[in-house]
Amino acid sequence: MTAGKRPLSPHLQIYRPQITSVLSISHRFTGAALAAGLLLLVYWLAALAAGEGAYAAALGVLGAWPVKVVLFLGVFAFFYHLCNGIRHLWWDSGRGFEIAQVNRSGWIVLVSAVALTLLAWGLLLSGGGA
Amino acid sequence: MSLRTPLSRALGLGSAGDGTAHWWQQRVTAVALALLGLWFAFSLIGADLGDRAALLAWIAQPLNAALLVLLVLTAAWHSQLGTRVIAEDYVHGALKVPLLVALQFIHAIAATVGVVAVLQIAIGGR
Repeated sequence: MTAGKRPLSPHLQIYRPQITSVLSISHRFTGAALAAGLLLLVYWLAALAAGEGAYAAALGVLGAWPVKVVLFLGVFAFFYHLCNGIRHLWWDSGRGFEIAQVNRSGWIVLVSAVALTLLAWGLLLSGGGA
Repeated sequence: MSLRTPLSRALGLGSAGDGTAHWWQQRVTAVALALLGLWFAFSLIGADLGDRAALLAWIAQPLNAALLVLLVLTAAWHSQLGTRVIAEDYVHGALKVPLLVALQFIHAIAATVGVVAVLQIAIGGR
């Protein structure tokens, strides 16, 4: 059989999205986003240390509304990656691999991440900080 | 009959040569980041980001400075491990090695700049 004729598993594009696969790739996406968030954290710390003018400039950048939207989405990325990371650690202990359990823990992660994000957004918006 | 040499079996490092080191470091930093991340997130939420003097005073407290240094270093290491896996999965050919090196450089610089900034604030009289 030539390489081109081998039977293939279904392509990603025609495979029905399932909570398992969607949450899995989301963990990777949010992880990549949080890597960018690390650079932002470092920028924030460096601006704080650099002086009054530098911090005012950084606040100008971070306070611009498109950046603010990204930061707010970043809060969800943080809590999602945190919750799903705990799910991964649970799996690492060798537990929770039955399909029903995997689906249930997936929904728990999703609901927890949304709830924590709303809590954080609520505190941020009411606290007058951001 | 196994084709593996006795030495290879004794070392137990597998075909990639580094065993479970990457996997284990990812897990240990994950546990640390779950704690440090929650501490930082909820500290930040209560703070007024516009008040530089108050933020500096908060960072200058020894416990906060220590936890921030840990956060920056742990996050940089965890991120370095994770972005490396993503790059290795999707990028092949001539771009692969330069990208992996660039990721290492970016993370090393981020970790260093972050730690220096915290130390400047904590003990440098900023």
